[in-house]
Amino acid sequence: MGSSFAFLWGQLVLGLVNGAFYSLLSLGLALIFGMMGVINFAHGALYMCGAFSAWMLLNYLGIGYWGALLLVPILLFALGAGIESTLLRPLYKIDPVYGLLLTVGLVLIIESIFRLAYGISGRPYPIPASLKGVINLGFMFLPVYRLWVISLSLVLCVAVIVLVEYTKFGAYLRATMENPTLLGAFGLDVARIRSLTFGLGVGLAGLAGVLAAPMLQVSPLMGAHLIIVSFAIVVIGGIGSIKGTVVTGMSIGIIEGLCKTVYSPAAGIVVFVVMALVLLVRPTGLFGRS
Amino acid sequence: MSEQTSRAAALVVLALAMIAAPAFIYPVFVMNAMVMALLAASFNLVFGYTGLLSFGHAAFYGIGSYGAAVLLKDSGWPMPLAMVGAVVAAMVAGFVIGGLAIRRRGIYFAMITLALAEIVHFGIVQWPAAGGENGLQGVPRGSLLWLDLGSSTTLYYVVLVVITAALALTYRIIHSPFGRILHAIRDNEPRAVSLGYSVDRYLLLAMVLSAGLAGLAGALKTLIFQFATLNDVHWGTSGLAVLACLIGGTGTFWGPIIGGVILSLLYSLLAESGEWVSLILGIIFVVCVHLFRDGIVGRARAAAGRLKAATKFTA
Amino acid sequence: MSLPRILCCAAVVSAALGMATTELAAQTPGFSGNSVKIGVLTDMSSINAHMGGPGAVTAVQLAIEDAGPIGVPVEMVSADHQAKPDVGASIARKWYENDGVDMITELTNSAVALAVQNLARSLKKVDLVTGGVADDLVGKSCSPWGIHWTFDTFSLANGTTRTVVQQGGKKWFFITADYAFGHAMEARATAVIKAMGGTVVGGARVPQGTADLSSYLLQAQASGAEVIALANAGTDFATAVKQANEFGITQSGKRLVATIIFIPEIDSIGLESAQGLALTTNFYWDRDEASRAFATRFTARAGRDVVPTEPQAAVYSATLHYLKAVKAAGTDDATAVIAKMKEIPIEDFFARNASIREDGVLVHDLLLLQVKTPAESKKRWDYYKVLSTISGKDAFLPLSESTCPHVKKG
Repeated sequence: MGSSFAFLWGQLVLGLVNGAFYSLLSLGLALIFGMMGVINFAHGALYMCGAFSAWMLLNYLGIGYWGALLLVPILLFALGAGIESTLLRPLYKIDPVYGLLLTVGLVLIIESIFRLAYGISGRPYPIPASLKGVINLGFMFLPVYRLWVISLSLVLCVAVIVLVEYTKFGAYLRATMENPTLLGAFGLDVARIRSLTFGLGVGLAGLAGVLAAPMLQVSPLMGAHLIIVSFAIVVIGGIGSIKGTVVTGMSIGIIEGLCKTVYSPAAGIVVFVVMALVLLVRPTGLFGRS
Repeated sequence: MSEQTSRAAALVVLALAMIAAPAFIYPVFVMNAMVMALLAASFNLVFGYTGLLSFGHAAFYGIGSYGAAVLLKDSGWPMPLAMVGAVVAAMVAGFVIGGLAIRRRGIYFAMITLALAEIVHFGIVQWPAAGGENGLQGVPRGSLLWLDLGSSTTLYYVVLVVITAALALTYRIIHSPFGRILHAIRDNEPRAVSLGYSVDRYLLLAMVLSAGLAGLAGALKTLIFQFATLNDVHWGTSGLAVLACLIGGTGTFWGPIIGGVILSLLYSLLAESGEWVSLILGIIFVVCVHLFRDGIVGRARAAAGRLKAATKFTA
Repeated sequence: MSLPRILCCAAVVSAALGMATTELAAQTPGFSGNSVKIGVLTDMSSINAHMGGPGAVTAVQLAIEDAGPIGVPVEMVSADHQAKPDVGASIARKWYENDGVDMITELTNSAVALAVQNLARSLKKVDLVTGGVADDLVGKSCSPWGIHWTFDTFSLANGTTRTVVQQGGKKWFFITADYAFGHAMEARATAVIKAMGGTVVGGARVPQGTADLSSYLLQAQASGAEVIALANAGTDFATAVKQANEFGITQSGKRLVATIIFIPEIDSIGLESAQGLALTTNFYWDRDEASRAFATRFTARAGRDVVPTEPQAAVYSATLHYLKAVKAAGTDDATAVIAKMKEIPIEDFFARNASIREDGVLVHDLLLLQVKTPAESKKRWDYYKVLSTISGKDAFLPLSESTCPHVKKG
């Protein structure tokens, strides 16, 4: 019986790793959606961009993992702010679904470009030398890299929660969502705050991409499905609640992990089932304000 | 010539063109275009007239297509009954998915329908009779009364009649009191509520009708191509419905029809240009959202309006 | 009269007219359209573009050149089915019925291949499938005018499994992609393992596109299996191999077995992770002089640093043999050409010791390969060691077990 307990613990730890990763990935989406009311359907594609940027930095410029971890979010931040100020800004006045439709188009464009350049099966990205190896937890061997992923994700989640909920910048952010005109009247540059927010969200997607690169195959379609999962996590957590997103991301990781051992074919949709159930009981999400 | 007679004349010309089409254009292409048009029109019924963006129409289309395939192939139902069965199945799905999704509005609605459509996709992957990624192949077309549908030309006229009837039905729905209530909800939901309409019930009915029409499109697709595959339930198909509607013009009767035809034309033209298809579609998406939001029909109307104003002025 | 009613009446009248005109376009003997037209229907933009795609078009062009003059001009058309069966089927239908295409080949993606073969059978046209691997292509969806010019699920599972069990891998765990190909592969391999005295200690069905496979790898490890079979393909396979390394599963002595893999995938996984994998296939560019000569020409023509993949080599072989048969038969009539294809000998760098069976199987020798270590590999694309050759008669499902309807049993 001991071995099956060990096995279950192992699955829980893996669930936690995936959950931390989901939280980080959903965070950027939650930020953009909660603070701007825009759903960035290209979030998954931009995450893929992040992973590919890390690969390109390594192979074309010789910049390794740590450099990528710093540079890629900055690059993606700039890309995000650029997209916001050129393509998205003219759409705020009209129905928000057009923002969604625009980003659907961006997904097709971004994924095609990478597919044309690198083919469909992608490229490998090595685990950095300093994070190689495995740790013996007694019940399982956990790769050091996964431990790093969970730690960094948690730190970043806490940082974003603090930024949004407890700083002056966060207060401005929330105010842009609730009453942009008033904020403008106070002399604040609403347009710039929006660009910053969008850039920040995209930067987080890029960072998640760099984190994922050594664990997965870096390929043009790696983000294709994640947007729907991330959005479901945001909806379950409750819109506008960054905390809710983080808690939900973690929980979904664990629930999915358990599902993989009990009925693995359904692991891909368990998040949607949870979402449907939550919406039936609490339409505003677990932590959402109505 | 009054506007009424010129409109009637245009309809007659169109009808004659459709009837003569198989002599000039490959019938399967025309049928495919008509199916796309019907799918886009069904999507438009919800998006264009209630403002709810459904990103899950692939689920209804797919249920229609798989439903028809199973009923025709495995259960051996006669063609008309199989069509009805497929449509009913899609409407039931519309009731369930719609019932859940209309609890929220706007973008939430879009993403919830998308997520629920993913569950339908999963269900079909798991369903042993559906044949996984190979799909259900070799579905017999069957016959209608004395007509053998094996010939594409014969099938063309059957499909033409069915789709014309379905589009006529959407026209009736849009211009009925029910359609006007949907309009009122889209423009100002709180007012509709305060006028005593149970908004959710109307939206749900719109979803169910739309699902039925999308299901019919899927069932006809199975009849034309003789297979149902996972591509039918893939979210990309939902995206095509949205795109077709956007190109043609949302909230107009002819918009999605024109959009659907253009999109299917585009697909067959781009097939020869190989690797670039999705890049081009993506660019069209972005351009439409920015410069062409009213679609072709919206633009044409605006231009006609300007023309009328100009002629009035000179007179 | 309302619009629908007008349409209804008109439809009935013109239906009769339409049917009358189609009757006139009957086939003439000899060469239809005074030329032979080949359609290359492949995946250029979706998940299988790396194994077929533009390279398949290049391979067909080379085959047409190598066939030399056959009496009438040979034309080629190509299109991207985008992994969408409805797109593929409508192109195929237009090609066969309107554009005078005599043969369609490549057909990567099993749903598209099955759709086109069903169509080709109903129109009595030739289709040579070199991309799709579904067993149904030579089983219950077989066609008298269709030939499957590559391996199928059975031959892939059979080849590798048999060898690995013989080498002592008795306890197996399956990580299976949750779709028809994965299920078929698992079932075929399981039958072989059991017949040879091995056991299957467990398995997991994994949704396609799952990003994290470590959970399943851990299940495999806990099961006590000696061999972990990856019945998945493409990126899913790449991820599994990579994560097996990350979690130290490969290093702990467990053996990973691939069920279907193409050389661009080894290139994208990298030898660091892929080394030591055993696999079955039917073509490797660096196998001998003949295959190397083809690869050199192919690379020069493609103008990129690529080598021909299995489906690309197969599509060359199939097209070349088809054209030889057309020349010998003096017609492009499907039945006559297929009969000739079965009659004249096939021998090229791809199809070794090959013959075409009644159910459309191209019986040919397969290769058992192993992925080299980074130290063994001298350059890009130098990835495999040839372990052994599997004779065609051992590799494919015996004709007596075929489920193909037109095969006469007895």
